[in-house]
Amino acid sequence: MEFKSINQLKSLIDENKISVKEIAQTYIKKIKEKKDLNIFIYFDEDKINNQVTEIEKLPNHKKLKGIPIAVKDLFCTKNMPTTAASKILENFNPTYESFVTQKLINEGSLFVGKTNLDEFAMGSATNTSYFGNTINPLSNKDNPLAPGGSSGGSAAAVAADLCLGSTGTDTGGSIRQPASFCGVVGIKPTYGLCSRWGIAAFASSLDQAGIFSKNVTDASILLEEIAGYDERDSTSSNVSIPNYSKQLNSKLNGKTIGIPKEYTVDGISDEINAVWDDAIKSLEKKGAKIKHISLPHTKYALPTYYIIAPAEASSNLARYDGVKYGFRADEAKSLDEMYEITRSEGFGKEVKRRILIGTYVLSAGYYDAYYLKAQKVRKLIANDFIETFKECDLILTPTAPSAAFPLNEKQDDPIKMYLNDVFTVPASLAGIPGISIPYGKDKNGLPLGIQLLGKHFNEQEIFNASFALEKDYE
Amino acid sequence: MSNLIKGNKYEWETVIGLEIHAQVKSNSKLFSNSSTAFGSKPNSQVSLVDAAMPGMLPVINSYCVEQAIKTGIGLKAKINNYSVFDRKNYFYADLPQGYQISQYKYPIVGEGKVSIDFKDGSSKDIRIVRLHLEQDAGKSLHDQNPTKTYVDLNRSGVALMEIVSEPDIRSADEAGLYINKIRSILMYLDTCDGNMQEGSLRADVNISVRIPGEQFGTRCEIKNLNSIKFIKQAINYEAKRQIEILEEGGTIQQNTLLFNTNSGKTKPMRSKEEAHDYRYFPDPDLLPLEIDQKIIDKLVNSIPELPDERKRKYAEDYNLSNYDASVLTADKYVSDYFDSVINSDNALIDSAKIVANWITTELFSLLKEKNIEISNSPISSEYLGKLIKLIKEDIISGKIAKDLLIEMFESKEDPEIIIEKKGLRQVTDTSEIENIVDEVLNENQKMVEQYLSGKDKLLGFFIGQSMKKSKGKANPKILNDILKLKLSKKN
Repeated sequence: MEFKSINQLKSLIDENKISVKEIAQTYIKKIKEKKDLNIFIYFDEDKINNQVTEIEKLPNHKKLKGIPIAVKDLFCTKNMPTTAASKILENFNPTYESFVTQKLINEGSLFVGKTNLDEFAMGSATNTSYFGNTINPLSNKDNPLAPGGSSGGSAAAVAADLCLGSTGTDTGGSIRQPASFCGVVGIKPTYGLCSRWGIAAFASSLDQAGIFSKNVTDASILLEEIAGYDERDSTSSNVSIPNYSKQLNSKLNGKTIGIPKEYTVDGISDEINAVWDDAIKSLEKKGAKIKHISLPHTKYALPTYYIIAPAEASSNLARYDGVKYGFRADEAKSLDEMYEITRSEGFGKEVKRRILIGTYVLSAGYYDAYYLKAQKVRKLIANDFIETFKECDLILTPTAPSAAFPLNEKQDDPIKMYLNDVFTVPASLAGIPGISIPYGKDKNGLPLGIQLLGKHFNEQEIFNASFALEKDYE
Repeated sequence: MSNLIKGNKYEWETVIGLEIHAQVKSNSKLFSNSSTAFGSKPNSQVSLVDAAMPGMLPVINSYCVEQAIKTGIGLKAKINNYSVFDRKNYFYADLPQGYQISQYKYPIVGEGKVSIDFKDGSSKDIRIVRLHLEQDAGKSLHDQNPTKTYVDLNRSGVALMEIVSEPDIRSADEAGLYINKIRSILMYLDTCDGNMQEGSLRADVNISVRIPGEQFGTRCEIKNLNSIKFIKQAINYEAKRQIEILEEGGTIQQNTLLFNTNSGKTKPMRSKEEAHDYRYFPDPDLLPLEIDQKIIDKLVNSIPELPDERKRKYAEDYNLSNYDASVLTADKYVSDYFDSVINSDNALIDSAKIVANWITTELFSLLKEKNIEISNSPISSEYLGKLIKLIKEDIISGKIAKDLLIEMFESKEDPEIIIEKKGLRQVTDTSEIENIVDEVLNENQKMVEQYLSGKDKLLGFFIGQSMKKSKGKANPKILNDILKLKLSKKN
């Protein structure tokens, strides 16, 4: 049994053609069948069944009543443990529910489990998790592929039909890139649209919650539920949230789409450029005006990101010290030794690498040359977008420089791995919203994603253009 | 008054700058809703934010911000419309986040000044560099278990104001006056409870010595002193230590010191090699603090009368000396009490000096003996006013008044009622006094002769004997006049 969309399943529920219990059973079965893909860090049948009774009591007007949702294991959840895919939080059971997941619970969603990710969301292949790799459901048996990352588990869960939607977080591309690799829709909204309260922090000035789904409509339905002001997050924006799904339309007349020349990068396959071209032509055909634009500071985005994000991470992860919760090495003889052993054993290689980079760039004598300069460049990059958006409504680019790559391909080369974020990082630094939708395939039949970027808090425009492009594949 | 310290070879000047950590008077913490009450059960006032649980975020407590602004206004300082919270990164068991949220480059309050008053009537301005807001850490308890350290996070996240002075202070006494003045201003403003025993006010002392006129010497920092007595002791010890080293041709190592209150000595806390790199950077969880000028203006209007203004008023309206006025105004409650005594009767305005003396000597010593705050004084300001009026009107003598005060302190009764009950009213009836004097002179014929032959000093003896006979009730002036008159007649 497969459900194509939230609306389809919701009408079946409303018409009493399927019960929440049956939905739960269906998805439990699917998840068990796909166990080998290692998509979930936490999956417990009883925990799913326990929700059923509560959800069935809810009135039908609850917008997500019975809709199966997977949650990235970076969101703190009361009823399921939260690990951030790290040994240091193994067996950590939050006593609180994150803002985003609470909103989903309030509307009646059925949480099917906590999905795998790169440890503390640091990675682009879901291969730095303490709980092992996730395998891209689109791989064939002989050639396991990476699902992208860091929200690879959440993207794979949607692609493998183990839920109808999932939550992700995007710091430099962690929603958009895995969406592209797994052939699903993934939206990172404007920084500040969704509260970060209850999401284990990676880089506070960049982290933003978002959604994976099978189609644009479902993404718009889910985003309007998780967005909203939260006084417990000082960086949360007090803006009114439009009814995205109701206002969804594919009219592009009068819209200008910017095509940035800086996103034509050496070494990008012709297939990706071809898909980009197709999307441009399609938008033009649908009535949009195409404008070639320039975002001159794009080339500095990646190094800027890899200074700011690790700097914030090095401080954000200081709280995992073995004192209060989570893993603590027990062989230590002094406080300093306790920190040393706990953090050496509790964090994986990539997390430690970023903590070291971050500590370095914030050190006395290096702060000005790295962190301060990166902040200045970040402003220039943000300004590029602000200027450009004076002449266009949206920007269209590829999402990632390649299709899903084999699991262990870039394991030992962090720089190559970091290059995966080249198209997604600039929008993260600027805090603007971006979506990746599947658009075409490579010669091996793997999906390729196309990215649409919009103005701050203009998610509606992004959804509308995506909705229009999506029709090319219906 | 010289502040110089004599060494074996030279006279030295001590140069001191203070960093005062004052706990903001507020019901909840700087970035969370937890209570700040003192002395609660360990870890009973800890929110998810204070314990730095994953995904928890700080939200600024606007009341604490207002308190800091008010304090800045009270310190005659510049209030910065734009300030930034930074993270100060270091690891310690009682620092749950692994960083302290503080203000580094852009503090909420800039340059200001406070003035301190000396006994000789002079005063001096101490410049303030800045005031910033920061979180307190928790508490590590090392003495609860032989092998374990316990952590109490009740203090974790409590708002502190760090008030940094310029190195304008030149002696331990000046340091004491400065801290008292800051404490006094904060208590007038009600922005800190000023309770040093509970740790609401602590200070780090930066100290160096130099030969007057020369450049500043290398300084050492003595951390975390929580009483004025210890601050003075530590300064005096440390200044002598530095002078000895320098006079022996040595150099001072810049260092962070702790003061051992038992030995009275300072000792290094950590050496320079281990100095922390705090990796300050703006906290990305918090937006810069932008304060509307209207809010500042509103707070300016809400500032109560501060000690310096009252002091000026006392000097002008009541003709008190600068020093007397500063002693009275140092503690807001003392000053309030004084005002209320004066206001209890218009006739007392001319006797302000007498009122001041009665409060700062007689009443203070009774309060101190019983360890009672003046705000809880058993003698109401109205009754003290009555007592002083009774003296002024010659109804009782000063000596009787002192006994009466003790009686009032114990019984909380109206002095007039006590006087009536005990018949303490002063004898002003001249005939009654004449009788007493006659008796005394008759009983001491020999003395009278000696007096008449030139031993003038014996007058005191006759006064004493007569006063004794009157049970202290004779009006001293009348007694004196009658005695002299009668003795002269015998001549």
